[in-house]
Amino acid sequence: MTVTSSITKIVDARGLSCPLPIVKTALAIRELASGEVIEVLATDPGSTKDFIAWSKATGHELVESTVDGNVFRYILRKK
Amino acid sequence: MSEPLAISLFSGTDDRLNAAAVLVAGAAALGRPVHVFLQYWVLDAFRSDRIGADHGLAPEAGADGLNAVHRLQRLGQAPWHETLRQAKELGGVEIQACSLSMDLLDITESDLDPLVDGVEGVTAFWLTASDGQVVFI
Repeated sequence: MTVTSSITKIVDARGLSCPLPIVKTALAIRELASGEVIEVLATDPGSTKDFIAWSKATGHELVESTVDGNVFRYILRKK
Repeated sequence: MSEPLAISLFSGTDDRLNAAAVLVAGAAALGRPVHVFLQYWVLDAFRSDRIGADHGLAPEAGADGLNAVHRLQRLGQAPWHETLRQAKELGGVEIQACSLSMDLLDITESDLDPLVDGVEGVTAFWLTASDGQVVFI
């Protein structure tokens, strides 16, 4: 099973300014069980470095970080 | 990354409030306990009948700054109090009004928005801040 096919929850943070993409993700990931995967969509250009830092600080693994046009997509696995 | 952070807010303009709300929410997302102390002019912005009002910008913003802020508002940027509400939802964020400033502005606790958890004096603030970092905005 690929990571993408096992996504449990999607957070659409497009159009939200820093730090709301991280705040919404931090709130949403609480509802997941350990090992479950969340997808986040964002347009905040600072979010790439923020998700790297947040993953490092919280221990939730940043599995993928990609960009398509002006939309950033992050896949995280709950610690 | 769980060292506590204490923030004293003094200026009540929307740009400073927004910068402060961003700092608070970012710290809360990292799991840091945040203690916010509201001193002087910022308290007016936390009155329940004034929280959504226009509180102006710091003088350095100028006309270009005002246009930039209005542009972000039109794009749907969350107001500072909404960012603070989300930060409080994460937990670990406490907002206290400075009792001297309450006297100065003739405000009682019932005048304040529910975002504010209570009123305290400076000794209580320093006791909570302990040896952690303190930021003044």
